[in-house]
Amino acid sequence: MAAGPMKMRATLGAGYTDVRVLMSHPMETGQRKDADGKLIPLHFIQNVTVKVNGKTVVEGQISQAISRNPVFSFRIRGGAKGDKIEVSWLDNQGETNKTEAAVA
Amino acid sequence: MRRRRLLKAAGALGAVLAAGLLRPVAALAATWNKEAFAAKSAADALKSLGASSTEASSAIVIEAPQIAENGAVVPIEVTSNIPGTTSIVVLIEKNPFPLAGKFDFMEGALPFVKLNVKMGETSDVRAVATAGGRNYTATKEIKVTIGGCGG
Repeated sequence: MAAGPMKMRATLGAGYTDVRVLMSHPMETGQRKDADGKLIPLHFIQNVTVKVNGKTVVEGQISQAISRNPVFSFRIRGGAKGDKIEVSWLDNQGETNKTEAAVA
Repeated sequence: MRRRRLLKAAGALGAVLAAGLLRPVAALAATWNKEAFAAKSAADALKSLGASSTEASSAIVIEAPQIAENGAVVPIEVTSNIPGTTSIVVLIEKNPFPLAGKFDFMEGALPFVKLNVKMGETSDVRAVATAGGRNYTATKEIKVTIGGCGG
């Protein structure tokens, strides 16, 4: 399975903005075997970055222990309707993807 | 200027070329602590992260199910109520490579993260929060009925 699209929702909470993001990614651990009994190579997201209006607020480093099609929630201090949230990732094979949403 | 144009070109190229050209560019912005992620014990991982000395704190809240029926997707939510928290580390003590993630919070973000992890077996989940150069920790045991690492 190749990496696919991302989905994100950013909503105002009580004093913070809740950012929920879904990434389509196999997150292969390097321990699984395919139908022919061959090991499926390690393929997982290593870096996750959250930006608000262009400024980095969260930098995450993650391992292959994160579930397939990772879902993360982050919280931005305060926030206002229309703020631009951007989340991007980079995996161990150099693939990368990002998505943007305005706070609703 | 030449470098800038190169960067632009890299972004526009197809997948094969982009993979080769983008990697060094991305490496500038992203760090990944290989040693910590390769560690086979939580203690070694924390040592690699420079957080070998920790003190227990009830101000770190781990929300997770007591029993996870499916070890492939175990939701874990970590909140640090310690003022000035700059990072949260999540470790699954009994996984082959315990370090699951490290999140650095800059101004503008609350020290909170929710993630789904794979767990091979019943294990303590450890969260370590760093604030003011000190490390605080809390654990919670999650029982796993079906492991999620093999296949």
